[in-house]
Amino acid sequence: MTAILIGILCTIGALAILIAAIGILRMPDFYLRLSVTVKAATLGGGLLLLCAAFYFPDEVSVTTKALAIIFFLTLTAPVAAHLIARAAYFIGTEQWKGTVRDDLAGMYDKETHTLGSGKESGGD
Amino acid sequence: MTLSAYIDYVILPILGLSLLLVFIRLVRGPSVVDRVVALDLLITIGVSVITVYSISTQKSTLIDVAMILALIAFLGTIAFAYYLEKRGRK
Repeated sequence: MTAILIGILCTIGALAILIAAIGILRMPDFYLRLSVTVKAATLGGGLLLLCAAFYFPDEVSVTTKALAIIFFLTLTAPVAAHLIARAAYFIGTEQWKGTVRDDLAGMYDKETHTLGSGKESGGD
Repeated sequence: MTLSAYIDYVILPILGLSLLLVFIRLVRGPSVVDRVVALDLLITIGVSVITVYSISTQKSTLIDVAMILALIAFLGTIAFAYYLEKRGRK
């Protein structure tokens, strides 16, 4: 019974990782690649680590470690993605030609890298 | 079909194919940030491969390696982002 559960979880996790890999190869733009990669790969890795937590039930240390890695992955993946996207926006990574709107255009101060609301110069 | 054989013949080839696809992006990537994201994804898939392999061979010690690798991936991405932003600012 546990083997069937682990098999199902493993399959879903591996397919999520495969979707992430296809996405990073096929998407036309850096920002779209980042959007695909972070979510799908975190889901896939978390599911495969959950398999390990189920598979070694009589070793509490292994289950704890697997859960700790899941917690760490879900905690750090959005932070890392945000930082690398911010750096990419600053160094001027070009966007896909089909991009409709860019809400950040003109909002960042070029010198201090602080984010404004866009209404500082227009107000009193 | 045992779980170990299923992992060896189905799950690990899927993960290997994913590693290959990400590696193509790592080599081809037009800008530096593409390569950084590909490297991050490569290490995340590596953590998954190590976990699945530890289930397949029933050696639970390998989970420790996965934990350290996840830590290193986060620190690497943070360092790349910090220095790329600093280089753009001059």
